[in-house]
Amino acid sequence: MLELFKVLMISMLTSNVVFSLPYGVCSYLGVSKSKKSSIGMGFALTFVTILASVICYLINMLLEVLSIEYMATICFILVVASVVQFVEMFIKKFSPSLYKSLGIYLPLITTNCVVLYVCKQVVDMDTLLGGLGLSNTIGGEFGNFLFMLIYALGTALGYFLALYIFSVLRERLEIAPVPKGFAGVAVGLLCTAIMAMIFMNGLTGIF
Amino acid sequence: MKKDGKLATFVNPLIRENAILVNLLGLCPVLGITTSLNNALGMGVAVILVLFFTNTFISLIRKWVPSEVRIPVFIVIIACFVTMVEYLMKAFTPDLASSLGLFIPMITVNCIILGRAEAFASKNGVVDSMLDGLGTGVGFLISCLILAFFRELLGTGGFTINNPFNNELLFSFLPFEAIKMPIFVQSSGGFMMFGLILGVFYCIRIMMEESKKEKEKKAKEAENKKIAAEGKEIK
Repeated sequence: MLELFKVLMISMLTSNVVFSLPYGVCSYLGVSKSKKSSIGMGFALTFVTILASVICYLINMLLEVLSIEYMATICFILVVASVVQFVEMFIKKFSPSLYKSLGIYLPLITTNCVVLYVCKQVVDMDTLLGGLGLSNTIGGEFGNFLFMLIYALGTALGYFLALYIFSVLRERLEIAPVPKGFAGVAVGLLCTAIMAMIFMNGLTGIF
Repeated sequence: MKKDGKLATFVNPLIRENAILVNLLGLCPVLGITTSLNNALGMGVAVILVLFFTNTFISLIRKWVPSEVRIPVFIVIIACFVTMVEYLMKAFTPDLASSLGLFIPMITVNCIILGRAEAFASKNGVVDSMLDGLGTGVGFLISCLILAFFRELLGTGGFTINNPFNNELLFSFLPFEAIKMPIFVQSSGGFMMFGLILGVFYCIRIMMEESKKEKEKKAKEAENKKIAAEGKEIK
């Protein structure tokens, strides 16, 4: 159990997907204009990431049986695109009010690097856990599956956390006196650099 | 006149409509791989190849793709070309491919490529799309190289360039190795450098626009004076 908690914390905080290896920076800068939209995007992305990584994990087993691993990227991106489409239709049918608030962010998730990154990572759990300095203590396929679920959840929550902090920061930056050329994205990137230092260099070694 | 238009589709995306510095698209690889000039050059060439071929192919088939399913169709075409480039790089430049790592398959979800396919190639002819793909790709390469130049200079104290095909050392120049700042080859330094470059770029652009406006103002005033003087002469 402790190892599972460690995977969650490491993937969420110390090797945060936005700060440590910049993935998903486009949507991080694009959707963080208000707190509300960042929360919507965060929930949608968490859901899509977990669903897509489970499906990709299963599809990769099939690819390995047929020994056509070179089709991985093509299959995974199709899975991501169809999961996004499916989630969009599902939410539209069952919760129109949620669809109204999430609607515009859902198509954006297809080209969000975070989802494909998690899908590419989880197919090789041994390398992934070795990279984090851990090992599969539960053992077997079931353990791998459990670790994969937690890793996908942690990575998506890490993106959510980064996006939310940045959207709060950005609301303050709007009213701050910043030189003309630096206003907006440039000063936001400088703030991100400081956050990345805190997450990467400050928190390393805790878990 | 027509030649001018074709030239403009190639030249405009280089600096003036640069996908990274102006539109802020596809930042993930830019921040991730610009730790050295070698990596930036390799990534830039890979993106140019993918952009050129996807733009050409999508503009060839644009009339047969129904508009409801165009995004999945485009993204599968992009994924095919990215896989081809990935395996070519693994075969011919293995060291470069291993140092770029997961960033090569991640070209699939780079917003620049789907953005150009959606906004340009699905609406324009083949030759225009080819030129647009090349121009956007070279614009990406230019901004990657600018960022990598400063990051490598500050982070390692100089430049080291390897031959990507056999990993031989071609060129090594490390005059400031004693005072290097390794944070610039980490991701936080990448964010900082990119923020600074972006800010300076926008400052220059604002200054240029202001000077242009002033020039226009002066030209207008001079014209007004001329007209007034002519009016007096006629009187």
